[in-house]
Amino acid sequence: MIALLKRDLVLAFRAGGGFGLGLAFFLIVTVLVPFSVGPQSALLSSIAPGVLWLGALLACLLSLDRLLALDWEDGTLDLLATAPLPLESVVTMKALAHWLTTGLPLVLAAPVLGVLLNLPAPGFVWLVVSLLLGTPALSVVGTFGAALTVGLKRGGLLLSLLVLPLYVPTLIFGAEVARRGAAGMEVATPLLMLAGITAAAIALLPFASAAVLRVNLR
Amino acid sequence: MTISTRLNALWEYANPRKFLALTERVLPALWVLTAVTLVGGLVWGFFFTPDDYKQGSTVKIIYIHVPSAFLATSVWFMMLVTSLVWLIRRHHVSALAARAAAPVGTVMTLIALITGAIWGQPMWGTWWEWDPRLTSFLVLFLFYLGYMALWEAIEDGDTAADLTSVLCLVGSVFAVLSRYAVYFWNQGLHQGASVLRAGAVSGTDTEEKVSNVYAYPLLLCLLGFGLLFVTLVFYRTGTEIRARRIKALMARERANG
Repeated sequence: MIALLKRDLVLAFRAGGGFGLGLAFFLIVTVLVPFSVGPQSALLSSIAPGVLWLGALLACLLSLDRLLALDWEDGTLDLLATAPLPLESVVTMKALAHWLTTGLPLVLAAPVLGVLLNLPAPGFVWLVVSLLLGTPALSVVGTFGAALTVGLKRGGLLLSLLVLPLYVPTLIFGAEVARRGAAGMEVATPLLMLAGITAAAIALLPFASAAVLRVNLR
Repeated sequence: MTISTRLNALWEYANPRKFLALTERVLPALWVLTAVTLVGGLVWGFFFTPDDYKQGSTVKIIYIHVPSAFLATSVWFMMLVTSLVWLIRRHHVSALAARAAAPVGTVMTLIALITGAIWGQPMWGTWWEWDPRLTSFLVLFLFYLGYMALWEAIEDGDTAADLTSVLCLVGSVFAVLSRYAVYFWNQGLHQGASVLRAGAVSGTDTEEKVSNVYAYPLLLCLLGFGLLFVTLVFYRTGTEIRARRIKALMARERANG
């Protein structure tokens, strides 16, 4: 498992792995928002938590179609499926690698971009906390979507269509935490719900991902 | 014992041939029954009930809005059950019935949303409000779209059935999650707003709200919509089975040269 994780991380960091692409996308979306809604700082600071969450979510989505497709094309997935390692662990490691290369950098970049959008001071902590708790769910759900569409020729757009509705609860609670945090309100309830969704997704979804991957590999 | 033998008898219809034989026999009657109840319920509702003292004639949107909304959710539930049956017992009819039901459910969700907007305009003064119930229906609509798109995208029938079934199971969990998340989200925005009360008028708690003058034709319309759904699913499943057969026959022809 560790070897698989290391391999995925190395592949992601080397040139052509697409590492940083999500980060750059996140940056560009955040920079474009003031152009589209206007430069009033009051407006920007009120929408900042939502925009940052949406940007992070879309950046996560952008890198999903590479998650399994490359391994599918060169036959690595077939080998992994016949390896003694259960497929459930394989998809969990894939999701973890995706989170480490996409989710974690987004979490770290979010406060910097929060400055650009004039995020209120108490919001920074809760933005980071909510993203830290929420992005693993995005990766795990995304892995499920990637496993569903891995065999398809033009799966990219379909992947978005399938995964985006599944992101709704995570987005609602995650953005709610950030928004309430920015407004200086109580955050415990949405925070617990967000953590619950993430924990349940990590615990249960790998089984669904492995099941659909087996169907696709058959 | 009798119940279990009856249930076992139900599985007989998992055989496509038996299913086709049954549906061919009952479909004409079902079409007639659907037409009668639907036309009867709608005519009764539209022409033989008084206008509401407050809402005027717009109250009559209820006869389309409530049944379609009711079907929108129950169709998804039916797809969930048939997907489970496919995953556990591998009956092709079950998977094809789920496929046949999906467009019906999508259209019902769309009808519920559109009639809701038409109703909401004169009543709430807005076409759209991010009310929890409206929002969760919109999310349900997206789930339907994704489900159908996945069916269309995969060429191999059994693979498509497997993948869409798993998607339906996972999607159901997330749809329920979204529904409660949306309730939470909106209350966070509109503390004590009147939208929630207004939402109750359009929503499912009709028994407390709607007087019997409207309730009886509404029940008939609900029955009519339900029958329409059963009829369409039988019809469409039959079409799917035949399409499969034609494909198999053509493949056999090609193989024989």
